[in-house]
Amino acid sequence: MTKLQNAIIGGVRAVLGHVPASWLPGGTPDPLIDKRVSLGGQQSRIDGPDKVRGAARFAAEVPMENLLYAAFVHSTIARGRIADLDVSAAEAAPGVALVMTYRNAPKIGVPPPIGITNLKAAGNHTLPIMQDPEIRWNGQVVAVVLAETREQAEHGAALVRVRYDAAPARTRFEEGKASAYTPESMLVERNRLDKGDASRKLAEAAFTIDAVYTTPWENHNPIEPHAATLVWREGKLIVHDATQMVHGTAGSLANIFGLKAGDVHVSSPYVGGGFGAKGLWDHQILGAAAAKLAGRPVRVTLSRASMHRLVGGRTQTEQRVALAADADGKLKALLHHGYGVKPLHSVCDEGFSLTGRSLYASESFDVVQHYVDLDLLANSFMRGPGETPGTFAIECAMDELADALGMDPIELRRCNAASRDPVSGAPHSQNAMMEAYDLGAARIGWDRRMAKPGTRREGEWLIGMGCATGTFPFTRMPGTSVRITIDAAGGAHVASAAHEMGMGTATVQRQHAADRLGLPLDRVTVIIGDSSLPFASFAGGSSQTASLAAAISAASGKLATELMRLAGNDTPLAGLKSSEVEFADGGLRSVEDPARHESFASILRRSGRGELSVVGESGAPLEILKYSMHSTSANFCELRVSEITGEIRVDRLVGAFDCGRILNAKTATSQFKGGMIMGLGMALTEETLLDERTGRIMSTSLADYHVPVHLDVPDIDVLWTDIPDPRTPLGARGIGEIGTTGVAAAIANAVFNATGKRVRDLPLTLDKLI
Amino acid sequence: MTPFGYARAADRADALARVGSGARVLGGGTNLVDLLRQNVEQASELVDVSRLEGAIRESDDGGLLIDASVRNATLAAHPLVRHRYPVLARALLAGASAQIRNMATVGGNILQRTRCMYFYDVEGARCNKRQPGAGCDAMDGFNRYHAVLGASDQCIATHPSDMCVALAMLDAVIHLSGPDGERSVPLTDFHVLPNATPQTETVLKPGELITGVELPPPSAAVTHSEYRKVRDRSSYAFALISVAGGLAIAEGRITEARIALGGVAAKPWRATRAETALVCVAPTPDAFLAAIREELVGARPLSGNGFKIGLAERTVVAVLGALAGARA
Repeated sequence: MTKLQNAIIGGVRAVLGHVPASWLPGGTPDPLIDKRVSLGGQQSRIDGPDKVRGAARFAAEVPMENLLYAAFVHSTIARGRIADLDVSAAEAAPGVALVMTYRNAPKIGVPPPIGITNLKAAGNHTLPIMQDPEIRWNGQVVAVVLAETREQAEHGAALVRVRYDAAPARTRFEEGKASAYTPESMLVERNRLDKGDASRKLAEAAFTIDAVYTTPWENHNPIEPHAATLVWREGKLIVHDATQMVHGTAGSLANIFGLKAGDVHVSSPYVGGGFGAKGLWDHQILGAAAAKLAGRPVRVTLSRASMHRLVGGRTQTEQRVALAADADGKLKALLHHGYGVKPLHSVCDEGFSLTGRSLYASESFDVVQHYVDLDLLANSFMRGPGETPGTFAIECAMDELADALGMDPIELRRCNAASRDPVSGAPHSQNAMMEAYDLGAARIGWDRRMAKPGTRREGEWLIGMGCATGTFPFTRMPGTSVRITIDAAGGAHVASAAHEMGMGTATVQRQHAADRLGLPLDRVTVIIGDSSLPFASFAGGSSQTASLAAAISAASGKLATELMRLAGNDTPLAGLKSSEVEFADGGLRSVEDPARHESFASILRRSGRGELSVVGESGAPLEILKYSMHSTSANFCELRVSEITGEIRVDRLVGAFDCGRILNAKTATSQFKGGMIMGLGMALTEETLLDERTGRIMSTSLADYHVPVHLDVPDIDVLWTDIPDPRTPLGARGIGEIGTTGVAAAIANAVFNATGKRVRDLPLTLDKLI
Repeated sequence: MTPFGYARAADRADALARVGSGARVLGGGTNLVDLLRQNVEQASELVDVSRLEGAIRESDDGGLLIDASVRNATLAAHPLVRHRYPVLARALLAGASAQIRNMATVGGNILQRTRCMYFYDVEGARCNKRQPGAGCDAMDGFNRYHAVLGASDQCIATHPSDMCVALAMLDAVIHLSGPDGERSVPLTDFHVLPNATPQTETVLKPGELITGVELPPPSAAVTHSEYRKVRDRSSYAFALISVAGGLAIAEGRITEARIALGGVAAKPWRATRAETALVCVAPTPDAFLAAIREELVGARPLSGNGFKIGLAERTVVAVLGALAGARA
C-alpha cells in the first residue's frame, strides 16, 4: 500500500467530514432496528440437521467419476533450487497416473493478490507456482502425485527423490529485524501516527509503563482440512472448494489459467471452519493444473502437515507499548511500536498497531510498525488479524499501568474511554465500551477480585481475575449482491455467492429477509456458496453480515418499486408511491392505511407473472470514512495457577460485547464463544514451532500444535449491550473476529493477579511461571 | 506409506510364526499406523494381534496377569486395577484421549515410540534413531519435551508412555515369547538408554512377541499411590514431567517408597536412589526434596528443557507430600 492510497483515503475522509450524515449509507437508521420479528431470536442454524446427519456435502466428499487423488511433495529447504529430481520410481508405483513438477506443469499465472481494490482476487502470495526449480520457502510443493487412491498417491509422493542446491536463507526473526521495512499504510490507515509529542509526554509523565510483548507464530487448524475437487469440462474449470471467497477464487483461477471470468465455476456450500484460512492457496491451483495435465478430475485433501506447510498463519509479533499517565490515570501518551513478519511476497497485513488508535483518549500517540522479510511461507489473516495480537500488548500494558497507579483496571479504562475517535476526531457511530465492562464485571463478580496480586489461594492454587478490552473495526464491503425472487405462491428466495463457514450466514439472512419482506420464516429460502449466484465479497473482516444485509435491503427497495409497477391500478394500493408502502403480511401495504394491502401472490397472479426477481447491491461503505466505527468488548477471566507446577486452569471466561444489535442470539453466542476459545488457545497453548535454522515448521500435527481441549475450556458467559448502531444495516456490526481479541490479555492479566508474575510472552506455558 | 500385507493372527502361535517371518505386530495401531503413514517405519507385513484373547486375571500369588492385547481403556476400568493398583488406572487415564485408549493395547503402549518431532519428520530432519549416524536435529532444536536423564550425544528422546511409568513403579514384569521359548524381563530393564545405538529401544529380540504383563501383589506403598502428570494442556498432551509415587509409613517413618518418573528419559525412570534415601526417614518435604535431588544429580538440561529438573523436584515433593498427608 502506497503514499497515494494514504492521500486518496485522507482526501475522502476530509470531504466526508463535511457531508451531511443523511447523504451517506445509514444516514437514516434502518427501520428493522426496531421492527424485529424473527431477528434477535434464537433461530437454530438451518444447516444444522444436515451436518449432524452427515448429509451436508463438503468439498472432499463430492462424488466424481474417474477421480484421481493428489499428494504433495514439499521442499525441505527454505531457499535454493532443485538440483536433481527423480520421479521415475513414483511414476512406476502402483496406481500412479501422473507426477507433476516444474518440468511438466502447465503455465500457471501468479494469483492476483487479495485486497480491497479487486474483489475477484484471492491470492495470498505473489510467488510463481511450480514454474521453475527455485525454492522460496521450506514446505513449498515440488511435486504433485496423482493416483487412483489417496494411499497410492501418498506412496508415490514418498518415492519422489529431490536433491537441492541450498542457498543461504533468511529465516531468523531477530536477524531480520535489522533490515525490516516500514510500509506506508496498514490496511486503509497510514502506518505511522505521530500526534501530540508523545516522546516528551512519556519523559515527563508521573506514571509510565514501557514493556515489550511477544506473540508466536500461529497456524490455522480448522476442523475441516483444506480440500478441493476439481474438474475441467470443455475448457471450463469446475471447483468444489472449501472457501470463504467463492468469487475471489473463481476470478483468481480464471486469471491464473487465462480463462474468461465466467469459465471458472466455484461451489462451496459448506466450509468446515474458515477463520481466514480458507482462501486461495497453492493446493487449488496445483490441483487445477494437475487435472488439466492428467485430463481427469482431481481431489486434493490436505493432510494436517501439508496444511501447515501451504496455508499461512499469523505472524509472530514483537510489540513495544509505552503508556504515560497522570496520577488520576488519564493517558498522556500511547506508544505502540513493533515488528511482525510479512515477506515481500505476502499480501496480508497483521496490523497490530491499529489496535490502540481508537480505544482510549490518549493526549498523544506514537505508533508505527515494521515488517521483517523472511524466506517463509506467506503469513495470512487469522481471526481478528491485527487486533488479536495488538490487544494482547495494549491491554496487558493497561493492566500494568493500573497496577502502577494502584487503580482498578476497569476504572483506568473508564477514565480513558474515548467520546470520539481520539486520533481523527470523528464521531463514533455508536460506542458503549464501559456498558460492556459494567455488564461483564457484574456477571463475573469483579468485586471479589483482590487488588493485591498473589493473595487468594486454595491449596496449591493461586487464584486471580483479570480483564481486558477487545476491539474490532466495522467493515462493510461494496459490491455484494443478492437476488430476491418472489415465487407465484408469494414465497421469497434469496440468493448470493456468500459463505457459510459454520457461523449461520444463511440462517441469519433468512431471518433478515423474512422480517424485511414481512414474511414468516418458512416462506423464505436462502441459497449461498456458489459462484453462479450474484456476486458477493469474501467472508472476512467481520464484514459479510453487514454487506449482505445492505444488499438485501437494497434489493427489497427495488422489489417494492417493481411490485408497485406490476400492481398497476387494479390494486388496493393504487395511487401510492413505493415510498408510501411497506412490506407486511406477505405483501405490500400502505404505511398510512394498513387496510390497503395486496399480497405478493396476488400481484404476480394479476400481472400474469410466474415469479419476480430483483438484484440489489451494497453500495460503497462511505460511512466508515466519516464515522469511527469500532466494536468493543470487555473480557473477564478467573483462573488458578498451580504454585507447584505453574499449570494454569481457567475457571471462567466472561465476554461482554458492544457490537450493535445482535441478530440471532444463538448463532451469535456460538460465534463469540468460538472466538473466545481461540483466544484461550492463543493465551495458553498455541504456538507454531518454526525451526529458525531451517525455516521448517515442526509442529505439523494436532498432537504438536496445541489447540485447547475440552477440559481447557471453562464455563463461558457471553453478554451483549444490544445497543443498535444507527449507521449500519439492521443496527448490527460484524461479530466474527472480536471474540478472539482481548482474551489473551484478560488471561495474562488474571495470571498476574493470581501470582504477581507478569508474563509478556505468549503462550503462557507453565515453564514461564515456575 | 508403503503398501503392506495384513493378517489377523488366529492365535498366539500364528502370531509368533508371522512375527518370526518378519511381520510387524499391530495392536491398536494408534502409533504404528502413524509411523507407517509418515514413512518413519516401513513394513512388508503386519500381523494384527489386537483380537487375541485379552484377559486380566489374578495370579496365584495375588498379583495380576494382563494379556498384551488388553485395551488401555479396559485395563483402566478393571476393578482389580482400580482397587489394588490405583496408580496404574490413573496413569492410563492420564494418557492420550478416550478414543485412543479404546484402541491402544498394553503391548503396543509399551512399544510405542518417542514423539520427538524430528524423529517423525522423515523428509526434513536428521535423526540418529531413524538413521544411525545421520545426526540429531533435536539436540539444538526444539527439545522442550526431551530427556534430562540418561540421554546420549546421539539421542535425547523421551519415552512417551504414562502407563509404563506406573508399571515401572509397580515392579511389573514383561512376558515375552519367541523362537527360543518364553522369558520374562522386568519392565525397568525392558527399555534401554540410547547410548551409541539410539535405534535400539528395548531388549526385545527379533521374532519375539510381548504376550503379557505381570504385576506382583500390591505392597503397602502400591495400595497407597498416586500418579500426577504435568503437561501443556489439560488432556491429550504428552508429559513434561509425570510422577508415579507410593508411600508406606509406619510410626512416623517411611517403610516403603516407590517413585517413577515420566518425561525425563528414553525409558520410564524408576527413581531407586530417591527411594533408598527415603527408607526409614520421616516423611517431610525436606526429606522428599533431598531424595529427589539425589536422584537428579546426573540430570543434564538441554537448551529448552532445563525447567524439567526443578519441575520434577516440585512434582515429586508434592505427590509424596500429598500421600504422606493423606496417610497422616
